[in-house]
Amino acid sequence: MKVPRVEIRIEECKGCHLCIAACPKKVLESSGCLNNQGYIYAKYKGDGCIGCGICFYSCPEPGAIKVFKKEN
Amino acid sequence: MSNILEKPKSFYTDFTRKGSADVITTHYCPGCGHGILHKMIAEAISELGIQDRTVFISPVGCSVFAYYYFDTGNVQVAHGRAPAAGTGVKRALPNSIVISYQGDGDLAAIGTAEIIHSANRGEAMTMFFVNNAIYGMTGGQMAPTSIIGQKTTTSPYGRKAENEGYPIKVSELISQLDAPVYVERVSLADVASRNKARTVVRKAIQNQIDGKGFSFVEVLAACPSGLKKTPLETNEWVKNTLHTIFPLGCYKDETATRTPRFAPAINPTSDQVLTALNLKDDHSDYKASVDKKNFIDQNVKIAGFGGQGVLSAGTTLSVLAMYENLEVSWIPSYGPEMRGGTSNCNVRLSNKRIGSPLVENPNILIAMNGPSLEKFESAVRPGGTIIVNSSIIDAKVSRKDVKTYYVPVTGIATEMGVPAAQGVAALAAYLAATNVIPVEKLEHVVHKSLKRKELADKNIAIIRKVAEYITKGMEDNKKCLTGF
Repeated sequence: MKVPRVEIRIEECKGCHLCIAACPKKVLESSGCLNNQGYIYAKYKGDGCIGCGICFYSCPEPGAIKVFKKEN
Repeated sequence: MSNILEKPKSFYTDFTRKGSADVITTHYCPGCGHGILHKMIAEAISELGIQDRTVFISPVGCSVFAYYYFDTGNVQVAHGRAPAAGTGVKRALPNSIVISYQGDGDLAAIGTAEIIHSANRGEAMTMFFVNNAIYGMTGGQMAPTSIIGQKTTTSPYGRKAENEGYPIKVSELISQLDAPVYVERVSLADVASRNKARTVVRKAIQNQIDGKGFSFVEVLAACPSGLKKTPLETNEWVKNTLHTIFPLGCYKDETATRTPRFAPAINPTSDQVLTALNLKDDHSDYKASVDKKNFIDQNVKIAGFGGQGVLSAGTTLSVLAMYENLEVSWIPSYGPEMRGGTSNCNVRLSNKRIGSPLVENPNILIAMNGPSLEKFESAVRPGGTIIVNSSIIDAKVSRKDVKTYYVPVTGIATEMGVPAAQGVAALAAYLAATNVIPVEKLEHVVHKSLKRKELADKNIAIIRKVAEYITKGMEDNKKCLTGF
């Protein structure tokens, strides 16, 4: 799998979209789709993540975002 | 450093304590500051390697359920009392890392006294204060930190200084005290603030590891539901409004100059305890007779009405057990009346350290009056023993899975001319019936609870009479295994 990249666990996202606003590369966006809980979850555009982790620390949910940084 | 940023290991894998079908997300609303701060704290706990000695003090408010998430020790405390409970934990377990976590209603309203005094004592704890300028959990009422003009459900025309006072600036207040080591206000409203907050969270916890003393972090956070805005709007509001009223920054930092201070574990020897209780002299010629290794825990509840000697029977039993080198706890529960009213005490005897002094399910119930038997009979553990004061209680124990002894303790004590000794008589009945500690040993300590020492002989006579009553009853009545 490509690194760096970000994974958003759809069922843990509550649709606050703080990650979307925080991402410096603007590679996160609203999916426009509802998850099972009824939230419009965020998603990764699939390209352009730099692995900075800013979205991870913007997200109030413990496990909704996982960031894979570049190997040292 | 790992190349993956993910849920910190100090969180539970699944949040099964929530008790709902969803065990993967928190109970917090979308965009809530608590979740962000929880993540920073959990990450610091994991990376500093202190998970197994961290005790989280959860408050009242939205973060009351912190114990759903943090896989650490936890005490959920009464409203506003986190710093007081945290003080107890830290002093009893000096090696623990105590993280006290409170919101603005909890810390700055009902808990003002506790936070100020714990700060003033410089308790070596890490305090997190989440300030979102509103009561979130209860539905958006005005908080002590709500700003002038802020409309809330309880200040519908906006907060007015002349009516409700000014927003309390807690970091500024705390930083004026001598004892605190580190006081800083951070925010979660934007990326730069969050980066700063992570560093500050870690420093405040590291200070405790280093024995530096009281570290206080105020965190300006978003409560979108309470403020009735979207998460992004709320963060904008925090940034544009709260930041101006509660300026971010370090208010006090003496981390570098403070000498680390580690309190010694409070673990007094038996001798020290006996000396403190003025029991040392009597102890020197006492020969312990209990086989401590095989001792079975005694969780005793002695209940009756005030004036029956219920509480002093408990202390007498405790002293006796201390002489026997057992671990002991005694805690009373009584009304405001000096005599009359209900009264009971919980006594625990063990060969191991006792965690909680409470006795919810006694294996020994000493019921001195009717209401006590009625109230506690069902709580006795199967296989337990009930001593019924048959002078007063006409009712019979209905349970078949306990041993019951009907002993007219009030009658025996009164007959011997010392009605006040009925508690001691009941104690004698318990010891004679169970032989947990030989009943004659009670004679060595009975004078300890007597104000009138000249009654010691009569008390001893009462103990012997009760012991005889039990022994005779056992001989007369072969049903002794189910009591008599």
